[in-house]
This record gives sequence, C-alpha cells and structure tokens, in this order.
Amino acid sequence: MTEHLRASGVAAGRVSQDSIDANFSDLHPAYAPHEAMVAADRCYFCHDAPCITACPTAIDIPLFIRQIATGTSEAAAETILEQNILGGMCARVCPTETLCEQACVREAAEGKPVEIGRLQRHATDTLMAQDVHPFTRADATGKTVAVVGAGPAGLACAHRLAMHGHDVVIFEARAKGGGLNEFGIAAYKSTEDFAQKELDWLLQIGGIEIRYGQALGEGLSLTSLQSDFDAVFLGMGLGGVNALALEGEETDHVIDAVAFIADLRQAEDLTALPVGRRVVVIGGGMTAVDAAVQSKLLGAEDVTIVYRRGQEAMSASKYEQDLAQQKGVRIVCNAAPVGIEGNGSLSGVTFAYTEAQDGKLVVTDETFTLPADQVFKAIGQTLAETPEALKLDGRKISVDDVGRTSVAGVWAGGDCAAGGDDLTVTAVAEGRDAALDIHATLAGAS
Amino acid sequence: MADLTTTFCGITSPNPFWLASAPPTDKEYNVRRAFEAGWGGVVWKTLGDDGPPVVNVNGPRYGAIWGADRRLLGLNNIELITDRPLQVNLDEMTRVKKDYPDRALIASVMVPCEEAAWKEILPRIAETGCDGFELNFGCPHGMAERGMGSAVGQVPEYIEMVTRWCKETTDLPVIVKLTPNVTNILGPAQAAKDGGADAVSLINTINSITSVNLDTMSPEPMIDGKGTHGGYCGPAVKPIALNMVAEIARNPTTHGMPISGIGGVTTWRDAAEFIALGAGNVQVCTAAMTYGFKIVEEMISGLSQWMDEQGHARVEDVVGRAVPNVTDWQYLNLNYVTKARISQDDCIKCGRCYAACEDTSHQAISMSEDRVFEVMDDECVACNLCVNVCPVEDCITMETLAPGALDERTGKTVEADPANWTVHPNNPSATAAE
Ligand SMILES: Cc1cc2nc3c(=O)[nH]c(=O)nc-3n(C[C@H](O)[C@H](O)[C@H](O)COP(=O)(O)OP(=O)(O)OC[C@H]3O[C@@H](n4cnc5c(N)ncnc54)[C@H](O)[C@@H]3O)c2cc1C
Ligand SMILES: Cc1cc2nc3c(=O)[nH]c(=O)nc-3n(C[C@H](O)[C@H](O)[C@H](O)COP(=O)(O)O)c2cc1C
Ligand code: SF4
Ligand code: SF4
Ligand code: SF4
Repeated sequence: MTEHLRASGVAAGRVSQDSIDANFSDLHPAYAPHEAMVAADRCYFCHDAPCITACPTAIDIPLFIRQIATGTSEAAAETILEQNILGGMCARVCPTETLCEQACVREAAEGKPVEIGRLQRHATDTLMAQDVHPFTRADATGKTVAVVGAGPAGLACAHRLAMHGHDVVIFEARAKGGGLNEFGIAAYKSTEDFAQKELDWLLQIGGIEIRYGQALGEGLSLTSLQSDFDAVFLGMGLGGVNALALEGEETDHVIDAVAFIADLRQAEDLTALPVGRRVVVIGGGMTAVDAAVQSKLLGAEDVTIVYRRGQEAMSASKYEQDLAQQKGVRIVCNAAPVGIEGNGSLSGVTFAYTEAQDGKLVVTDETFTLPADQVFKAIGQTLAETPEALKLDGRKISVDDVGRTSVAGVWAGGDCAAGGDDLTVTAVAEGRDAALDIHATLAGAS
Repeated sequence: MADLTTTFCGITSPNPFWLASAPPTDKEYNVRRAFEAGWGGVVWKTLGDDGPPVVNVNGPRYGAIWGADRRLLGLNNIELITDRPLQVNLDEMTRVKKDYPDRALIASVMVPCEEAAWKEILPRIAETGCDGFELNFGCPHGMAERGMGSAVGQVPEYIEMVTRWCKETTDLPVIVKLTPNVTNILGPAQAAKDGGADAVSLINTINSITSVNLDTMSPEPMIDGKGTHGGYCGPAVKPIALNMVAEIARNPTTHGMPISGIGGVTTWRDAAEFIALGAGNVQVCTAAMTYGFKIVEEMISGLSQWMDEQGHARVEDVVGRAVPNVTDWQYLNLNYVTKARISQDDCIKCGRCYAACEDTSHQAISMSEDRVFEVMDDECVACNLCVNVCPVEDCITMETLAPGALDERTGKTVEADPANWTVHPNNPSATAAE
C-alpha cells in the first residue's frame, strides 16, 4: 500500500498497515521461556529487598522471580496477583525505571537491573493464558459496596472486596471498563486488547456487577449511593483537562492529548486515524510523550514536545524521554506557548523562552514559532466536578492513608485522590488498601 | 490443594521441609524466625556433652565454589558442633517447642562413644519436649579426630552399638544421620537398622578441599597460613546424596526404613526428587545459609503446585515413586535404541556438539561448509553428550526408534522385546533364554 507520509494538514493513512503493525507492536515483548530463565537467574533473592519497597503494591519480587526460576510461573503469578490484581497490566505499563528496577541492587552495581517488569509479565501471562483465576471468595457477608469508576483503582478495590465476601456494584460512566488502561495507556504498551481481557479475567472472582453508562453527578448522587450501599469507594480518576488559556485554543486541531489517545486506543483501524504532518505537543509528562510518540508512529513528519521548564524537571522518566527521542520526537525545553497562529485555521504555535527568576518561572521577550497543523495539549488533568460534601486537598479529594475521605462511609483512591503518583500501580495499591479498610470497617460494624 | 503435612517416623510437621542441624538451627533466635518463615521442622545444631563446650576457629570457616555469576554451587565448612553450653541450648529448645507445638523439633546429639555418655544425656534432652533424636555420626572434621562423628559413622559396628544404647534409653524416635565418607552406604544404613533406628538421614558433609590459595600455598578456608579438609555441601553434592538415598531405598533389607533426605536441596524440585527416591522428608542447610529462611516459601508453593498438577494429594503419595525404576546397569534394556536429532530451526551453529562428538565421542555429527550440523545415524551411539553440551535447550533431542525400525549403525532391526546384559550373547555368564 502506498504511504502518504508528506500529505499536508491532518490526514489519515500516512503509513501502511505493515508499518502500523510494526510501529505499534509490544514495547517490551514477552520473553521466550529460555530468556525468562536467564533473566530470572540474575536475581539475587535479596533480603528485605529494596525492589519490594519501591513497588507501590509491594509485590514480593524476589519470591516470584525465584518461583519463575524453579519452573513454577503459575505460583509466581499468584505471588504477584495477591498484592496487585492488575499485575499483568502493571508489568506492561509501570515506569519500572523509576520504581522497582531503579531500586534493584544490580542497577546500582552494574547499571543493569533485573528486568522485573518483563519477568512479571512472563508469570502473569503464563497463568492468564490458562484462564485460571487463582482466588476464591470468602463466605458472603451480605454487605454491599458501591464503587465509582471501573479504572485500576475501582477494579482493585472491587476485587479485594469481592474476595472478602462483599457484593460490589461498579458505576462506570463510559460504555467500557478499564479506565485509562483502556483509554489512556500507549497502544504499544497494552497490545492485543489486553485491558479488556484482564478485566474479564478479574471479574471471574464473582460478586462484581458493572453498570455501564452510569455517572456520578449525572443522575447518580453520592447521597443515594450512601443510602443504597454499606460503603462507597470513589475511583473516578481525573475527568477534566487543564486549558492553555490562549486565544485560538478552540481551533479544530488544537486538542487534548488524552482525547486523541483515547480515539487512538479505540480506533479499529489505525491507518484511518488522521494525524498532522507537523505536530506540536505541549507538556512534559507521560501523556505528552505518549501523544508525541504515537503521532510519530502514525506517520507525522515533525513532532515536537515543548515543555516550559528544563528537561530534568519533566515528569516523564528519562526512559520515556529517550524513547521519544529514539522515535524521532524533538524535545524543546524552557519555552511556553504564547500564541496560536493561523486566524482560526491552525498554522503554528508561538512560544516564548522562559527563565527562572527567584524560583519563579517567567516568560522572556524572545519568541519563536513552530509550524503546526495539529497541537496536543498535555498540560495535566484535573478532577472533574465532585460532590460538594467532600473536602479537597489542593485539587484532589482529601484522603487519609487508608483512603478515608472527609465523609464517613466514603473512601477514595487512584488519580482522583490526593497523595501518591498518578500511576496505574499506585491506583491499584490505593484501591486495594481502601478495600481492606472498608472490609475492616464493615466487619466491625456487624 | 495438596496437603503437605508429613508424618516422618511418627513425627508430624506441617510440611516436609526441615532445617538440617547446622548454624541455621543453632539457637532460639534463629529457630523462632525459621518457624515464622514457615519451616516445618528443625534439627537443632548438634549438642555435645555437658562441660566446657567445643571451640571453633576464629577465622574463616567456609570455602566455596561459584558459578560465573557468583551463584554459590558448593560450600565447605570446618565448623564443629554447638559451641554453646548444653543447658543454654536445652532451655532454649524447651521454650521454642512450647511455643511451636505443631513443628518438629529434633535434637541432634554427638557424645563420646561410651554407653554412659549416651544414656545419661538423652533423658536430659528429652525433657525439652523434643520430638526425637538425630545421632550425628557424620561430622567429618574436628569431631572425628576425637573419636566422634564420622569416626563412628564409618564403622558399622559402632553405629549399631550406639543406636542400640539410644533405643534402650528413649521411647522417642531415633534417626541416625549417616556420613557419605564411606565406600558403600548400605553398611552403615543396615547397621542403623540392626541397632533399632527408626530412620536414617543423609548425607552429612563430604571430605573436601574447595580450593588452594596459590599465593600462600594453603588450602581454603585458610587459618593463619594453614587449612584443613572441611565438609562439602550445597547444590554440588545433591547427585551424591540422591544416589545414596536411592541405594538405601531399593536395597531389600533396608527398603522401607524412613529416610530424611539431605544434601543440596535448594528448590522444591530438589525436594521432590529426594522424595521420589524414597525420602519421607528433606532437610536443608546450605540453601537457607545462602538465601535466608524465606526460600521455604518457594519450596512450599512449588511442591504444592507440582503435586496439584500431578494429582498427588499427600506427600506420602510421592514417597519412593521413582525407586522401582532405579536398577543395576545389567538390567537396562539393550534393545532400547535412540538417536540424536538436531532441530535446524533452533540450532545457532556454535559447533559445540560437533567438537564434543568429533573430538571425544563417536564422530557422528557432520559439519558442512556453511555450518550445518547433522547427526549421522550410522555412527550415532546415542550417548547424548551433544544434548548436554548444546547451549540451546531442547535443540538436540533423543528420538526413540520404534520396534521394527533399522538401526543404521548396527544394521539390525530394533526388537520389540527388551533384552539386557544378563541374556546378552557377549556375556559369558548369560542365562540364554532357550
Ligand atoms: C495518556 C496517559 C498515559 C499514561 N501512561 C501510564 C503508564 O504508562 N504507566 C502508568 O503507570 N500510568 C500511566 N498513566 C496514568 C494511569 O493511567 C492512571 O494513573 C490510572 O489509570 C489511574 O487509575 P484510576 O482508577 O484512578 O483512574 P482512571 O483510570 O482514570 O479510571 C477512572 C474511571 O472512572 C470513570 N469515571 C470518571 N468519572 C466518573 C463518574 N462521574 N461516574 C462514574 N464513573 C466515572 C472513568 O470512565 C474511568 O473508567 C497514564 C495516563 C495517561 C492519561
Ligand atoms: C556450617 C555447617 C555446620 C554443620 N554442622 C552440623 C552439625 O553440627 N551437625 C550435623 O549433623 N550436621 C552439620 N552440618 C551438615 C548439615 O546438617 C547437612 O547435612 C549438610 O550441610 C548437607 O546439606 P546441604 O547441602 O543442604 O547443606 C553442618 C553443615 C554446615 C554447612
Ligand atoms: S533488588 Fe534486584 S536482585 Fe535484589 S531481589 Fe530485587 S530484583 Fe532481585
Ligand atoms: S557473615 Fe556475619 S559473622 Fe560472618 S563474617 Fe560476615 S559479618 Fe561476620
Ligand atoms: S551444539 Fe546445539 S546449537 Fe551448537 S551447533 Fe550443535 S546443535 Fe547447533
């Protein structure tokens, strides 16, 4: 098939199906069995291992790797899933370079950590390929819990509650579950519809009902959930996005990076997904990198990430930055957007260089304009409207360390709750821990 | 879920994994932590008689052999029995057993080869509430020079005599721990049985020198310029231990005697192998010393998973399953013919199989100009050396020729009926089937 690499404007079919398939294949492919053995053999089975401490869900990493090494990957998977029910997804999307693998003693010693993430994938894939769900429910407690949002936080919470014998109803605004696993994570991290497969596998525990198309705040109120259920967990993530506050922002091709990625993740045929020839991404986090890299993979000719501070301040990890640069994305730092060019039909973005003065970022007079026919805004997400009764901490729901909000009987976790990084694995940890506290609370109440 | 509960010569423990008598079981602090970690039982560090305890060297007591990535493969030690006062050990054992009634606590004992010494100490130790005794006839260094340990274990008459004294003194189970530093393990095992032992455990450590320091010209571990042979243990000794366990399990007069398998148990699989060869449980020392108590979690999860997969409900169901298949060379079927097969898809063309076969075996692998390696069936004797040197797992496999197929090397047709050396025409004492 012909490639339309240099078609101007925002156009579909820039690269062939074959290129799409190659570009969007697994970033960290599964190990062949022998590779897994060699990788597992490198683990020292450290005492009180630093990698465990660095994992937000505290997976017993030396144990599961030893279980792989001794030919029992199924047991390894159980070790992982006991702590982190989305261990399969986390193996694919965790920025291990800033979590477990950064803490690995072999990273310090040789700059080459044990490949914990890929080993985790090897174990969980082995078990899930057998369609085995290793957990069973405790005797029914007769208690019911409402969970808002079927993202990582909500699912982890629901699963742990179901294990303890509670009945859970998840209210999910969208028509599909998984949260950002389904709509946000880069396509080359979660291939072959893994998010939905994992969701189906998770629900095998039983006792979890998902009601799709039901949004808190739209016909569903917190007070009604409180009166209909014994406890409520909020895991609705961050529904809103920050705005640039620039004139021309409403122009057609200036869009939220998250929305673009969601379209990309849901696209049946990526050759039909339009992308600009010249793309500018504004932001410095994982979302910016994912939008930029995926634009490039769709065939955009020039892709530039522009970040207002220095490169070292980017919240995307060094690994993610390198990945972007490897794929041919240019990263421009210390520049902030000051104008959208083109009089309503986008032609470029003007940036001003920034400087730190007395610890404050200020815009200088020196400007430059990058030609662009598509601009992605990736300058952070915000909490969408939340029930008034909830106290906020900054711009997120205030919670204590087990996820209790300011309202009795209501817990929250994941991106919508204050504290912790906005990561899949952190959402899982918070959902799980809130479930344990809900369980303890409900047990105490009966 | 498989039930790992094991009853070994009347002593029940929640799993078949015991810590062997050694530093891991040296004191209350260790043993409590071991039980918390999940170990099914411990054999306490060997107790000696009352009076001033033995002393250990104050320099290195271990030598080691490693793989290239510093994986510890073999360990050697020159440590003696407990160097702490008897009463201190007894008090600690009493407290531990009281707090962990469901775990096995065995007292390992080594006192001079005198009737009074054994008959005096056993009742005193029994007061701790321990579940049984293990007689240490194995320690190969230090104690042997004093007429104890392997000095007893190498003389079957002594083993029988001391075992009998002990059985006369106590109703608790008596396990005799055997030394591998003998030419035939059946003598000591039979002697233990004749003396009335309830079980044997083996192996203790093997006489060894792990390495020589070429700068100081002294064996390691080196104490002030000198070294001595120590006891070898760890993964490297497992094959030796497995054979000795199997010999006892299949020998008609010792068959059926409970065996506690020791020597290089590092993973659940090692344990399963010992158990398949007739061990009722296993004891572990080096693996715990290398990786800490936590490894028992892998042993437990691995053994349960494997038993579930195999449909074995209890450990007893596995004990001795491989024993009927251990036989003498002369009974191996000479009509069983295999040939090496190289998978060209998996081959990475390193040529190791060729070097091994061409230089040291049967010149049965050909090598083409463009490095294609192929087995020549008319030369292949099926030794499987190539399989073992090939770096790619399952790249070379052994294919069994079906009855009726032609063995190109011998020019004979493969026979359906087995025939072994006892009936082979080349055997002068063959009992030809007429
Ligand atoms: C583009 C992008 C890439 C990312 N890449 C990574 C990565 O590689 N690795 C990583 O660890 N993390 C990554 N993250 C972060 C990670 O996806 C989130 O931290 C994680 O998904 C948070 O989980 P959550 O359950 O709190 O929220 P979400 O995943 O956002 O799930 C919230 C769910 O609630 C639903 N919902 C929202 N509002 C309502 C309502 N009012 N009523 C009912 N339901 C509602 C939503 O539809 C959604 O299903 C990425 C994020 C983005 C945006
Ligand atoms: C440092 C050390 C001390 C030991 N001390 C004793 C002992 O006091 N009594 C005993 O019966 N065996 C002793 N052993 C032998 C072990 O109990 C065990 O039989 C042997 O190490 C083989 O098992 P392994 O390969 O699992 O280590 C000792 C072993 C080591 C390494
Ligand atoms: S820190 Fe590294 S070597 Fe140590 S246990 Fe963790 S993965 Fe293994
Ligand atoms: S292991 Fe402990 S006791 Fe032994 S030499 Fe090292 S620090 Fe000293
Ligand atoms: S040793 Fe194995 S990989 Fe190497 S040439 Fe022979 S068959 Fe091929």
